Amino acid sequence: MTLDMHTGLRDRPHGGLTAERLSLGYAERPVISELSLDLPRGAMTAILGPNGCGKSTLLRAMARLLAPSAGRVLLDGEDIHRRDTRALARELAILPQSPIAPEGITVADLVKRGRTPWRGLFTPWRGEDATACAEALAAVQMTEFAERPLGELSGGQRQRAWIALVLAQAAPLLLLDEPTTYLDLVHQIDVLALLRRRNREAGLTVVSVLHDLNLAARFSDRLVLLGRDGLIATGTPWEVLTPANLQTAFGLAARVDPDPVTGTPMIIPL
Amino acid sequence: MLRLLGLLALLALALVLALSVGARPVTPAVALEALRAYDPTNPDHVTLMAIRLPRLAAGLIAGGALGVAGTIMQVMTRNPLADPGLLGVNSGAAFALLIGATVLGAPDAASVALLTFPGAAMASALVFILGGGLRGDVGPVRLTLAGAALNALLLSLVTAIVLIRQDTLDMFRFWVAGSLTQAASRPLLEMALIAGAGGVFALAVAPQIEALSLGAALSRGLGTKPRRVQAAALVVVTLCTGAAVAVAGPIAFLGLMVPPLARLVAGHALRRELLASALLGAALLLFADTLGRVVMPPAEVRAGIMTALIGGPVFLWVARRLRPGATA
Repeated sequence: MTLDMHTGLRDRPHGGLTAERLSLGYAERPVISELSLDLPRGAMTAILGPNGCGKSTLLRAMARLLAPSAGRVLLDGEDIHRRDTRALARELAILPQSPIAPEGITVADLVKRGRTPWRGLFTPWRGEDATACAEALAAVQMTEFAERPLGELSGGQRQRAWIALVLAQAAPLLLLDEPTTYLDLVHQIDVLALLRRRNREAGLTVVSVLHDLNLAARFSDRLVLLGRDGLIATGTPWEVLTPANLQTAFGLAARVDPDPVTGTPMIIPL
Repeated sequence: MLRLLGLLALLALALVLALSVGARPVTPAVALEALRAYDPTNPDHVTLMAIRLPRLAAGLIAGGALGVAGTIMQVMTRNPLADPGLLGVNSGAAFALLIGATVLGAPDAASVALLTFPGAAMASALVFILGGGLRGDVGPVRLTLAGAALNALLLSLVTAIVLIRQDTLDMFRFWVAGSLTQAASRPLLEMALIAGAGGVFALAVAPQIEALSLGAALSRGLGTKPRRVQAAALVVVTLCTGAAVAVAGPIAFLGLMVPPLARLVAGHALRRELLASALLGAALLLFADTLGRVVMPPAEVRAGIMTALIGGPVFLWVARRLRPGATA
């Protein structure tokens, strides 16, 4: 096992994030009940499903932001709720849906906060922290905006700055809660392409909650489809996005044809 | 770096003026001489060592501590108009002082500190608990509301006591404006150590406080424990403000106006902001104290009144610069 000091990425192909008979929410009104799921390392996975089916809840639980009412979440076989939260933050990063930016903060100062799990009580800012931030800014192509206040940027640029923050965290596993919501189509593609580039080039495992089925199919290796009654299907986009599954999940009558450009499944509502 | 040197130069200027200016002007050369070879028969030397030096030390402690406490408060509550007084520290100190005065009789200058520090600490602990601290659910809004409620309660009790008893009123009037004039009889060394401990603690937890200011969800993802970080921040604010109140009484507006100025110098990097806040807070309080000696001679205007006179306009400037909703 090797550990790259700048990125923290571990050369460890096996294992991953696993939900084991996971129940979330209150006993009388469970949001998710007894769900089991495997998110293998190295893949780009999208979690899909209708509003209110518990996609975000599931993602938050997989990142130990929510305690399960029953069941466990395992990272490489270990219960994440039993692990030291700071050590876990070096392995697993999450970008929640609406993080708060202090007023007037610059992109560079924001991204630096991604280094929190690597900073001790009395350790000063080190060279490897600066390197990780510079690499993260370069990865999202925001280097030239580093000194600009976040509030002056466009929505797409802001989202890239937030992604740079979690990339600077240098965890090999990244969860994102609706990273493309509120972005126009061009910026949605921009964000997903950037995540896939990190997935392909740096081996980053990416799990995101998405709404757009066609974009999810285009950019993901694996899909997880949730319905109101729990997990409907997991697998490759072609395995998951079948007309029958779409009917079950969304009550949507649709045809699924190969996308003429990428060959990935394309949903055409009927 | 250059900006830090600028702040150090500003503080140096404040130190020189604080030693030289007053009813008995002392040139910097004489001041240096008094420090090197103290001559108890030279009235200039006596003024300097017995009055101005303790006063200067009190200004450094109270000003630096209030700067640090103010910055931590504003970052924690994400409220640019938050003041350390929000945690009930000043009203707690006032209340404890009056209870002490009622029970024990008018306290001398030294025992004032012994009453005010625990009063301040208990008030801020109470605000933290009322704000949901024990359940691990302290939101900035909840904390602000709990602080406002406790402040109102304590201040009405303070007013009631003061209005009933004439002797207490006189003592209280003298204390409540906040001033460095009693410095020589206050426990400066102890309070310097307490404020210093608060400052070191603040620097240590600064990265985690920065993470927490991004919201609870992201900060937990970054490996912090919000409840612990909030408790740590509370300890910092209590130590620093408690020490400042014990040394100088309640100094208005300083904890409010220093943080935005420090941010102009340091940007959004909390460890740098804390250093800048301490330097700026000390310099501003010393300037206020020195200015108070010269504006209405032979009388002195108290430092707490001078900071309010300067701080009022700064407060308005900050409030006008705020752009609601410009946070996302």
